[in-house]
Amino acid sequence: MSMFQSLMGWVDARFPATKMFEEHMSKYYAPKNFNFWYFFGSLAMLVLVNQLLTGIWLTMMYNPSGEGAFASVELNIMRDVEYGWLIRYLHSTGASAFFAVVYLHMFRGMMYGSYRAPRELVWIFGMLIYLALMAEGFMGYLLPWGQMSYWGAQVIISLFGAIPYVGEALMEWIRGDYLLSGITLNRFFALHVVALPIVILALVVLHIIALHEVGSNNPDGIEIKKLKDENGVPLDGIPFHPYYSVHDIVGVVVFLAVFLTVVFFFPDGGGYLLEKPNFEPANPLKTPDHIAPVWYFTPFYAILRAVPDKLLGVIAMGAAIAILFVLPWLDRSPVKSIRYKGIISKVTLMLFAVNFVILGICGVKQPDLHVEFLPFEMTYRALGQIGTAYYFAYFILMPFWTPIEKCKPVPARVRMGH
Amino acid sequence: MKKLLSALLIMCVPVFAQAAGPAVELTPAPINKDDKVSLQRGAQIFINNCLGCHSAQYMRYERMAMDLDIPADILQKNLLFTSERVGDTMKTAMPTELAKKWFGTVPPDLTLAARVRGSDWVYSYLTGFYPDAKRPWGVNNHVFPDVGMPHVLANMEAQLGEKGFKEAMADLTNYMVYMAEPMRAERERLGVYVLLFLAIFAIPVYFLNREYWKDVH
Amino acid sequence: MSSSGVNEGRRRFLIGATSAVGAVGAGFAAVPFVQSWQPSAKAKTAGAPVVADISKLEVGQRMTVEWRGRPVWILRRTPEAMASLKKIEGELRDPLSNESNQPEYTKNEARARTETSDIIVLIGICTHLGCSPLYRPEVAAADLGADWLGGFFCPCHGSKFDFSGRVFKSVPAPTNLDVPPYYFMSDTLIKIGEDGEAA
Repeated sequence: MSMFQSLMGWVDARFPATKMFEEHMSKYYAPKNFNFWYFFGSLAMLVLVNQLLTGIWLTMMYNPSGEGAFASVELNIMRDVEYGWLIRYLHSTGASAFFAVVYLHMFRGMMYGSYRAPRELVWIFGMLIYLALMAEGFMGYLLPWGQMSYWGAQVIISLFGAIPYVGEALMEWIRGDYLLSGITLNRFFALHVVALPIVILALVVLHIIALHEVGSNNPDGIEIKKLKDENGVPLDGIPFHPYYSVHDIVGVVVFLAVFLTVVFFFPDGGGYLLEKPNFEPANPLKTPDHIAPVWYFTPFYAILRAVPDKLLGVIAMGAAIAILFVLPWLDRSPVKSIRYKGIISKVTLMLFAVNFVILGICGVKQPDLHVEFLPFEMTYRALGQIGTAYYFAYFILMPFWTPIEKCKPVPARVRMGH
Repeated sequence: MKKLLSALLIMCVPVFAQAAGPAVELTPAPINKDDKVSLQRGAQIFINNCLGCHSAQYMRYERMAMDLDIPADILQKNLLFTSERVGDTMKTAMPTELAKKWFGTVPPDLTLAARVRGSDWVYSYLTGFYPDAKRPWGVNNHVFPDVGMPHVLANMEAQLGEKGFKEAMADLTNYMVYMAEPMRAERERLGVYVLLFLAIFAIPVYFLNREYWKDVH
Repeated sequence: MSSSGVNEGRRRFLIGATSAVGAVGAGFAAVPFVQSWQPSAKAKTAGAPVVADISKLEVGQRMTVEWRGRPVWILRRTPEAMASLKKIEGELRDPLSNESNQPEYTKNEARARTETSDIIVLIGICTHLGCSPLYRPEVAAADLGADWLGGFFCPCHGSKFDFSGRVFKSVPAPTNLDVPPYYFMSDTLIKIGEDGEAA
C-alpha cells in the first residue's frame, strides 16, 4: 500500500473524503451528450473563485470612506501597489464576466428545460444566486466612489422611494444619511465584501447539492437515470471525473483567452466595463450628463423605464425578475428540451433572447433617441415598451401554448454530436 | 441557435460603438503612445504650465521619470520644486481658496482627465480656443462652450506658430493619456506573454481531452 | 466507453504535461498576489533615505533621526570610547560582526566607514525583542558594574552593547545592533538609507 493510500485510509476513517469525491466527481454520472452550453456552469465557478481571490486582495488595499475611497482605488490600487492594477482589472472585468457567464448558463437552462421536474429547486437556488449576484454587483459598483458609482446608486436607492408611505423613510434608512454619503459607502462595503459573498457561497453549495441529487439534465432533456446497466450506472452517463474535468479545462482555456484579452487589452471595454464618468470622483452637487447602469442591469432598467408610473415601473422591474422563479410551473410542455418542442416554443425562445439584448440596448440609450438600427421612426422608449410587453407575454402565455403545440417524439437514448 | 447568436453580436457592434458618441466633432489626437520623446516634451509642458493651477494628485514624479526615461538629476533640477521629493504626487501650488475666488471653481485634477474625456477630446480642447469678447477672459472653446479657463498657452501658440503649437499640444495630450493610465505599456506587454502561455497550455489540454473522449460514442 | 483500447501510458503523459504546464501557470498567477504585498510606492516614498545634519553633533554626543519609522542613532565617539573597543573584545559574542546586519563597508571593529570611523550610525532597536536601548556612556556606572566601559543598555531584558553596538556575551540579544546603509554627502551631511556611489 502506498503512502498516499494509507494516508487516505486514515482520513477516510475520520472524514468522508473519498466518499465525497466519488459522489460528486468520479462516480457522479453526467450525461455524455453535453454540448458547448454546458461549459458555463464550471466557468461560473471559475469566475467566482477569481472574484473571491481578487476581492480579498483588493480589500487589503482599499479604504472604505467617502474621503479616501476614490484615491485608494486610483492612486493606491491602480498605481502604488505592485500589480494592484492587474488585481483590480481582474475584479472589474470579472464582474462583467460573471454576469455574461451566468446569463448564458440561464439561457442554457431555458433551452433544454433544466428547470423542469425534478430540477425545480436547482433552478430556484440558481435564481437566488442570480439575485444575490445582482445585489453584490450593485453594491460593489459604489465602492470606487466615482461619479457613476455615486449617481447609479442614487438612482437605484431612489427606486425605494416609490413605495407608498414608507418610501422616503426607507431611503433614508438605507443611506443612513440625508444624502448618499460615506456612511452608505461603509455599509455597502461590509455587505459587498463579507455578507453577500457568504450568502452566494452558501447558495452555490445548495445549487450543486440539489443538482447532484437529481442529476444533470442534457440537451435532449432525457432522464439518463431511467436506463441503467447491471451495476446501476446510467447507460448514457459517464463519470464526471475524468471525462468532464478534462473537458471543462478546454472550456477554461478558451474562456481565459477571451477574458484575459479583455483584462490586458480592453479593460475599459469601450466604456461599458469601466464607465468613463467613474474616473471622476463622486460629486453630490453635479450629476453626469448621462447615467446608465452597467450593462448587465440594463435590460431590467429598460423595463423600469418602459412604465410611465414610478411605482408601477419598480413593480414591473421586480416582477420581471420574480417571474423567472416560477418558470418551472409555467412550462407545461410534455417534453423538456427545445429540440423536441414545437415551433411556437422555438420561435418565442429565440425572440426572447433577441428581445433581452434589445432591452439591454434600450437601457443604455436615452429614451427619446431615435432607434438607429430600424428602418422606420421609433424612439427607444417605445422600443423598450414593446420589449417589456414581449418579455412578460412570453412567460404569461407559456402555460397556454406549451401543452397544445405539436412536439416531436423524444428518443429513448441521448444523441451525440449535436 | 449559434447563427442567431452571431447575428445578434454583429447587430450589437454598431449600436454599442455609437453609444458613447460625442455631441461635438472632435479632431483625432495625432499621438503615438510609445514615443518617449513626445511624452517627455508633454511632461515638461504639463509640469511647467498646467500644474500651476491643476493638480495631478494620483501621479508620482518618480513613476513618471521611471516610465518616461527621465534621468534623476533632470527631474530634480528642472521639474521639481525644491521642497518636493521625487516620490511625491503632483500637487498644485495654487491654494483652493484663491482658485475659487479667481475662477469661480477649483480647477479639476487632471490625472485621469484623458480617461474621463478621451484623448481626442483633450486634444480638441487644447487646440480649440478662439477669441470671444463676451467671455470674462476674452476666449471661448469649441468643445467646451463657456469654459472657465483662460487660454493659458496663448503665448506658446504665438511663439510656436500654428503647426508647432499643434505638435506641442499633441505631446501634451500624449502625456495626459499616459498619466491617466501609466501601466498601459506594462499591461499590454504582460498580456502578450499571458496569451502566449495560454496557447501553449492549450496543446496538452486539447490532446488530453481528445484522448479521453475518443472512445465515447 | 470500452476500456479495452485505453492507452494508459499516453493518458499518464498527457495528465503529467497538463498538470506541469498548469502548475507553471498557477505559479505565474500567484505572482501579482504575492508582489502586491511588497511596500507600495507610497510606503517607499515614506521610507526614502533621510538626510541628517551632524554639524552640531559634539564629541561624545548622540543624535537620533527617524528612518522607516525606526530610530537611527548617530554617535560621535570620543577617543576613549574608540580605545575601549579593543579592550572588551573578549567579552563580546560576535566581535567581528560575522552574524550581524551591516553594510560590507562597516564590517570592522568600529562598525563605521573607515575614513570617518569615529562616527557610527546604528539602528536603535535591540536585536532581542525590539526595545530601544539607552545610551550609557559613563564608565563604571553604578548599575552596570565597575568594569562597564560605556555603550548601550537595553532596559527591557538587560542586553548590553559596546560603543560599536556589539552585543556582550550572556545577554539575551542574539546579534549586534544593525547598521543601516549610509554615506557622507559632505563633511556635515549624512544620507541614511543609501549606500552612495562609493560603496
